[in-house]
Amino acid sequence: MAGAVAHFGNWVTVILMVIGLYVVLARGNLIKKLIGLSIFQTSVYLLYVGPGKILGGTPPIIAEGFTVYANPLPHVLILTAIVVGVATLALGLALVVRIHEAYGTIEEDEVLGREGDS
Amino acid sequence: MLLVVTALAIARVRNLFAVVALGGIYSFLMALALLVLDAVDVSMTEASVGAGISTVLLLGALYLTRVDEAMPLRFSVAPLIVALVAGAALLYGSWDLPPFGDPAGPIHHHVAPRYLNQVMAETGVPNVVTAVLASYRGFDTLGETTVIFTGGIGVLLLLKGRRRRRGSGGAAP
Repeated sequence: MAGAVAHFGNWVTVILMVIGLYVVLARGNLIKKLIGLSIFQTSVYLLYVGPGKILGGTPPIIAEGFTVYANPLPHVLILTAIVVGVATLALGLALVVRIHEAYGTIEEDEVLGREGDS
Repeated sequence: MLLVVTALAIARVRNLFAVVALGGIYSFLMALALLVLDAVDVSMTEASVGAGISTVLLLGALYLTRVDEAMPLRFSVAPLIVALVAGAALLYGSWDLPPFGDPAGPIHHHVAPRYLNQVMAETGVPNVVTAVLASYRGFDTLGETTVIFTGGIGVLLLLKGRRRRRGSGGAAP
């Protein structure tokens, strides 16, 4: 049972990762694919930030009376990842808008079908 | 656990408008989880960027395209198998990770103590995350802003061509 508590965060991370991967692979809608990519990405946030936590610790802001802090390095990395992720999302959505402009659809199957016709 | 439920709903619901709303809920739940994990800076960023900017971007894209997702022509089981096998491999690997919240974990004995001990003497910034981001790793942050700048230019170029084409009579193929 102690093992279950110790690894619960990892399980949630893995489940979210699997859902994100499935959405990216299985769904034909391009916007849905991008949202799946976002889910995958947030699961990576959990993967990084989770091990940095110390039970009984505080957020990494130096102050009198606190000696145990969470590990600040994952937080820094994930801040960068969030911001880069939103840049990726914006670029992907712009591409989707252009694809919709060119093909009149945002479904992957229909885009490939019209590519074959023309 | 609510995170998992919301993510499953995102995977199932076909109305993309509802999916975007669920994405906002998901981001706020993720921000809460990060707050519980003592990552206050990340939590604030996730709440503003994930739930705010991403939702606005997605809604804008939906406005320019269309809202309903088509039913799949065929149900293929291969993606499910790939995802489940990857998940099983990850779960198997997670047994070897150190237990949650353990101060003896290897992550807490690398460079993190050095930052935590020296940050007041070297930078004078009490928030260690800010100090590392802006002071120790300033060049990384510069690179990050370069990435955002490039992304912004890419979006502008892609959407600018679209407007011009529509203005010149819509010669789209």
